[in-house]
Amino acid sequence: MGSITLKQVTKSFGPVDVIKPIDLEVEDGEFVVFVGPSGCGKSTLLRLIAGLEDVTSGHIEINSKDATTIPPAKRGLAMVFQSYALYPHMSVRKNIAFPLKMAGIDKAVIDRKVDEAARVLNLSDYIDRRPGQLSGGQRQRVAIGRAIVREPDAFLFDEPLSNLDAALRGNMRLEISELHQSLKTTMIYVTHDQVEAMTMADKIVVLRDGIIEQVGAPIELYKNPRNLFVAGFIGSPKMNFITGAEAEKKDAHTIGVRPEHFSVSRSKGTWKGTVGVAEHLGSDTFLHVSADGVGTLTVRADGEVDLKYGDDVHVTADPNKIYRFGTDGNTIR
Amino acid sequence: MATKNSRSAARLMMAPAVILLLGWMLVPLTMTLWFSFRKYLPLRGGDLGWVGFDNYVRFVSSSSFWPSVQTTLIIVGGVLAITVVFGILLALLLDQPMWGQGIVRILVIAPFFVMPTVSALVWKNIFMDPVNGLFAHLWKFFGATPIEWLSQASVQSIVMIVSWQWLPFATLILLTAVQSLDSERLEASEMDGAKPLQRFGYIILPHLARAITIVVLIQTIFLLSIFAEIFVTTGGAFGTKTLSYLIFQRVLESQNIGLGSAGGIYAVILANIVAIFLMRIVGKNLDA
Repeated sequence: MGSITLKQVTKSFGPVDVIKPIDLEVEDGEFVVFVGPSGCGKSTLLRLIAGLEDVTSGHIEINSKDATTIPPAKRGLAMVFQSYALYPHMSVRKNIAFPLKMAGIDKAVIDRKVDEAARVLNLSDYIDRRPGQLSGGQRQRVAIGRAIVREPDAFLFDEPLSNLDAALRGNMRLEISELHQSLKTTMIYVTHDQVEAMTMADKIVVLRDGIIEQVGAPIELYKNPRNLFVAGFIGSPKMNFITGAEAEKKDAHTIGVRPEHFSVSRSKGTWKGTVGVAEHLGSDTFLHVSADGVGTLTVRADGEVDLKYGDDVHVTADPNKIYRFGTDGNTIR
Repeated sequence: MATKNSRSAARLMMAPAVILLLGWMLVPLTMTLWFSFRKYLPLRGGDLGWVGFDNYVRFVSSSSFWPSVQTTLIIVGGVLAITVVFGILLALLLDQPMWGQGIVRILVIAPFFVMPTVSALVWKNIFMDPVNGLFAHLWKFFGATPIEWLSQASVQSIVMIVSWQWLPFATLILLTAVQSLDSERLEASEMDGAKPLQRFGYIILPHLARAITIVVLIQTIFLLSIFAEIFVTTGGAFGTKTLSYLIFQRVLESQNIGLGSAGGIYAVILANIVAIFLMRIVGKNLDA
């Protein structure tokens, strides 16, 4: 049980409309990621669902029951905060046990549940330490442990990995995904990192300025972005956008080509240019080509390519993978 | 940086300050110790030579000694309890967003800037005067007999005056501590199902522990030696004679410097005992 429905939800802080009317359906067991640039309202939307902020208008339904005015503790949701928000004067055990203790659960049951959560999250060796004595990743796991023991209908994650270093972030991403596979509980996850969104989500919600730009499975968003913003936001490196004469040839205001949909040749191709910076990663090579008439293009080539700064190249876009956008920014199909 | 040369240069340059501070502390202490072993009556023969531990024995065996220690501890304890409890409440109140917050905060801190002598006189004459004081008028308005504050409830009156002076200090320190509490931590406890009182007990109070320790330690140091408030209100009468006031009486009213010095040494010992106890009880909060 853990379906969440937003109906025409809005939120204003004084004269500023942070969330414009939003409708959203989160199904039971789904991993939904809210993604967007900073200030797009994704964290506010999560806090509205959690009940930490009151909606200005509209309704929030949890398990098909109106939860708009229910206080946060009674909504059956657990939240993991960006700063972890652990209680520094309590041991790991007491931190994890806190929600159970507040619910007035029997001491023996609490101990059993805390031990179980600590085992699942590999925290058993640290159970009597204070949060201050733990590393960032361990603190993150304590915060998740505190959420798990409540056995909530849904988990809410507010940018939980942004305080970790890159290697740890990769690990925690996997751990959270595995947790979702084993618990099969609804999870709503907020991030500004499209890589996290692509790798973890069942469904991505792309937000901009308090409006949902597009909702869909990661690959769906990658393949069929509805507009320029989604096309530019999903995919790494960013999609190349070309305007002007080259776009008009295709009857569009802007055309977009992803770096991986170019082919590179020394002798012939559509656009001629010179290689600027070449990033050799071994598995891929990213070339920044300044092409005549279209500007700088980011091009991905498979494996190792023997091209360096200043070389002349020809790049060709795969004709089936060119996106066309109208003057309003929407995709032309 | 930390070469042998730079370290000895640093020591050399710090030396004047260290020597000055050390002298500042050691000279009066040594003089007090010196006089405490001598019979010194400025108006009755001057310095009359060594007397061993006579002064120490006389000071303790005086009938005013133990009552004065008791009064000192009651006043210190009473003021600490009032300032910490009300300080926490005021700090939580002032942390709420409200109109005119800046001005209100300055007003709350204002009593701290009033000199002890002045505030004690204001309380004595404007509030506590049994004939014309505001409290007397208030009591009469409700048909009650006015309390003669400074004679009938003398220790309580002094605790009240001193608390009024030190409440701003406690509030200020505790307010900064309240403001440093991470709001996400409160929200997390709210989601974990903690009710307002539980949030206070489990989250806010432990967060304030360190600030409370600091308030208690600093106030104790100053409260053990309060003098002006007693001098201008009761003059040590009606059971308000603290240890420091007793010493003042021995030296200036009885003109017995030797006896007063011995009392001074007892005061140092008492302060150290209190300090050790406080460190034991609350000092461990400073480690975390």
